[in-house]
Amino acid sequence: MHHTLVALVEDKPGVLNRVASLFRRRNFNIESLTVGRTAEAGVSRMTIVIDSDQASAERVIAYLYKLVNVLQVEDLGSTPAVARDLALVKVWVAGHDRAALLRIVDETRAHIVDTGEQTMTLEITGEPPHVDAVISRLEPLGIIEMVRTGQVAMRRGDTALSATPIA
Amino acid sequence: MPTRTGAQIIWECLVHEDVQTVFGYPGGAILPTYDAMLDYPVKHVLVRHEQGATHMADGFARAGGGVGVALATSGPGATNLVTGIATAQMDSSPIVCITGQVPSKYIGYDAFQETDITGITLPITKHSYLVTRAEDIMPAMKEAFHLAKSGRPGPVLVDITKDAQQASIEWSWDASPVKMRGYRPLNPITSEDLAKATELIRNSKRPVILAGQGVIQSGATQELLAFAERVGCPIAMTLLGIGGVPANHPLNLGMMGMHGEAWVNHAIQEADLLLAFGMRFDDRVTGNTKTYALNAKKIHVDIDPSELNKNIPVDAAILGDLRETLVDLLAVLEPADHADWIAYIDSMKGDAAVRDIQGLPDTGHLYAAHVINDIWRITGGNAIVVTDVGQHQMWEAQYYHHNAPRTLITSGGLGTMGFALPAAIGAKVARPDAEVWVIVGDGGFQMTQAELMTAAQEGLKVNIAIINNGYLGMVRQWQEFFYERRYAATPLKSPDFVKIAEAHGLEGYRVDKRSDVDATIDRARKAEGTVLIDFRVEQEDSVYPMVPAGADLHAMIRRPEPSVLAETGADPI
Repeated sequence: MHHTLVALVEDKPGVLNRVASLFRRRNFNIESLTVGRTAEAGVSRMTIVIDSDQASAERVIAYLYKLVNVLQVEDLGSTPAVARDLALVKVWVAGHDRAALLRIVDETRAHIVDTGEQTMTLEITGEPPHVDAVISRLEPLGIIEMVRTGQVAMRRGDTALSATPIA
Repeated sequence: MPTRTGAQIIWECLVHEDVQTVFGYPGGAILPTYDAMLDYPVKHVLVRHEQGATHMADGFARAGGGVGVALATSGPGATNLVTGIATAQMDSSPIVCITGQVPSKYIGYDAFQETDITGITLPITKHSYLVTRAEDIMPAMKEAFHLAKSGRPGPVLVDITKDAQQASIEWSWDASPVKMRGYRPLNPITSEDLAKATELIRNSKRPVILAGQGVIQSGATQELLAFAERVGCPIAMTLLGIGGVPANHPLNLGMMGMHGEAWVNHAIQEADLLLAFGMRFDDRVTGNTKTYALNAKKIHVDIDPSELNKNIPVDAAILGDLRETLVDLLAVLEPADHADWIAYIDSMKGDAAVRDIQGLPDTGHLYAAHVINDIWRITGGNAIVVTDVGQHQMWEAQYYHHNAPRTLITSGGLGTMGFALPAAIGAKVARPDAEVWVIVGDGGFQMTQAELMTAAQEGLKVNIAIINNGYLGMVRQWQEFFYERRYAATPLKSPDFVKIAEAHGLEGYRVDKRSDVDATIDRARKAEGTVLIDFRVEQEDSVYPMVPAGADLHAMIRRPEPSVLAETGADPI
């Protein structure tokens, strides 16, 4: 079962290493991990997707809290949440039916972000299953390069995850 | 504001943390700090290998209850600390390791004696710092001490570049308390958890307390005894819990687990309630977790939330300080009596006393268990005993009966051979008035034998009992039991330990007859300096009882029966 963990961490050198090392040391497999800034200076936000049972996810959260630089952790598996993944996909178009590709773009809300002489680069954004589905439709056309950001996620509604203030 | 170099700030911080002794070894990247040391009232113990510095800091912390400090240079100096840091991490021992690092402009360029020690120690420290500016030294040092000793204690590493040590800045001590946003060492005990635990305790007919090192670290001995007496509950101890409950207390059953007495493990397997106090259900304690204490509800009190429901799922988990939890429980629990249960456990002892080597007639052979029991008797049980790892460690746990906390110092979690001698030196520095004994095997002693000269140079008196059986004994025992006596790489030759002692300017004795044991122990105790005794004990002796690794806790290999031994002429233990 997939668990999407959101961790607010102090923006200090080595914090990403500490978090990633924890998953390795405790024998958990990371499916995706993204890091970025938050609205608060000095606080970064990680979204970590792991495949584990409920008890293991709870253990991971307890281990994350043992890291001194980790401020707040939430398992979005138990909360209504918005999740997004972004992919850039470069597709071979020479010798193909361009219309077929443009139809996929049109039907899947993908965006053309670059065109070359023989390729076209698409941006696909959405829930991870949506991104998966678009990619599988593009595969027969010939994907020559692809990158995905990994999932980011946020609670729905008016409540927010916030870092605990300094005690 | 006065001007200080980074190196001076390190010592200012140590003085403010009330550090009186550091254990270390100088080198290029830490030289500015060593130079500044001469101007500060801190004693330095020169070790012979940096591993010794971490074990000494660890032994110092465990014996004295404070924070131990180790100092080393970059590169190999820092990497030599690793085993000692991992040992401290596994046994939650508060130490601060300060390492020099190459100048910040060289970091990442594979400079001479550069190593990424914060990276290397990341999974074996509670936290670590890489400090590249003099301004950052004080905050890192203050946080390091705060982290090492608060909550669940542990090792913290502070790696400081040479240029940060050399830089001069305007500086004054900041006496304000440490504030760390993401660090929560103490969590309030919730009343729901307490209520649930109270209910389980009230309904129990066959409770057993599992007392771990948390009893010692939270200073909960008195509260634990009050609790056990109030509810009439017997106590089993983990290896690191030994000393937290007096051995002579009538409710103390003794050590549990792989080499615990049979009745202790049977009591756990037949209990209807386990009260796990400051212990972590280590695999050496539980055996097969699928068959562990299946009849028992479980209450777990621990200061580290990640330990709760980790190895064994529990019915009531209390996150918090053990002493405070016991105070809260004592406030609501009424007296109870489990005399029938205690009598039943006592009946399970059966013929154990008859099988015990201490009760068997003298065969003229010298056994390790005799030596250790004699040291206990002659020291009145009042010594601080520091053990190494292996058979002698288990015999110590069985036959040296500790009545006070912080009197057994041993590497439990990591099982680090070579720990005993340096840790004992640290313990002696922390408790100069105490009688300190090292109980160590011939294998482990040779791992850190070089620290004998540290004891000699510092004029520190420790008594060293080498339990010399010519084998790496515990591994040999496993080979005997589980590998058809194929003794791969376990026969061990040793130097003449008496001459080794003499070469260090110390007294050394050899004992191979039981009749010489008492007099030699007496002689060692009366001598001025460190004394080494080479006890030549029975070679193929095994530790009983034994739960094979991963087996059910009640599936013990028991001590052989004396009658069987008489018929077969086998070893009487």
